[in-house]
Amino acid sequence: MAGTRQYPDDPSGPFPSPPTTVEDRDGRSIEVRAAESFTGETLDDVVGMYTEFDPTDRAQGIPPTGEERIRTWLETIGDDSVNVVARHDGDAIAHAMLVPDTDDPAAVEHASDIEWELAIFVLQAYQRAGIGTVLLKNLLGHASDIGIERVWLTVERWNNPAIALYERVGFESTGTESFEQEMAIRLAGDGNGVTGDG
Amino acid sequence: MNVLLGLGGSDESVKTLRRTIDRTREVGDELTIVVVEKPESKRSQDEMYRQAVDALEEADITDVEVEKLDGDPGSALVNYAEQGDYDQLVIGGGTLSPMGKIQLGPITEFVLLNAPTTVKLVR
Repeated sequence: MAGTRQYPDDPSGPFPSPPTTVEDRDGRSIEVRAAESFTGETLDDVVGMYTEFDPTDRAQGIPPTGEERIRTWLETIGDDSVNVVARHDGDAIAHAMLVPDTDDPAAVEHASDIEWELAIFVLQAYQRAGIGTVLLKNLLGHASDIGIERVWLTVERWNNPAIALYERVGFESTGTESFEQEMAIRLAGDGNGVTGDG
Repeated sequence: MNVLLGLGGSDESVKTLRRTIDRTREVGDELTIVVVEKPESKRSQDEMYRQAVDALEEADITDVEVEKLDGDPGSALVNYAEQGDYDQLVIGGGTLSPMGKIQLGPITEFVLLNAPTTVKLVR
């Protein structure tokens, strides 16, 4: 699977890097931070967020439901994943992550050599407020900072708002599609992200 | 029940083969196995064919026909199901991405949208 995806020739960006604090369209102050490690309190907070997530917005089986299954899912992908969390009044309300597309833990050291799968979830009460766009851009900025160059995702083919959002930041369709549409973006991966609010 | 099992050459197909043979033994279903032509997959059509025959032998099931189907996998599978008297068409239920997302390929989509029989996706 790895190594066969088509990526855009030119890198997208630059993207803003976390941390940043923005006001959403409803006037709420939203703080976006990269997780240093995806364990302890940060993990607990994100597990808590997913227990609140409305399962009607699940996509392709994730997030799972029930605290135990959510924790197992996040712990399984957590070790080598890259995570950015958005908070309102201290509570996690949106989460975006990159998971390395490799079975070899040693390969993760060379971030630019491997492909990273992206997913983003925003709690229902915080959707349609611009938070997803900010979070997505900051995840891509952070990814570029740490040397990641190739990011891909799949999205349900009928999810036009999500596809439009991904296209706006630079994702292109890879041509692989069935029920889900595969998209990919190339990042500069040179650590030249713009720090500050985005 | 008269079951038709469609296999490609992936690990997903191997799992589907194993599960379907187990189920066949448990409930005494009638089973037919077809192996489609999917050049990009891990195992060749011949390899998968042999694996299916071996698995049946190991399970001591003797009355199962195993066939190779040429041409476009999805339509070959649906055609075959349509010509025969099958209650159910069984195929692999998709792969998981690194993130844990379920991914269904174009063959699965074609089968789901075109098969006249009940379709079972094995997870």
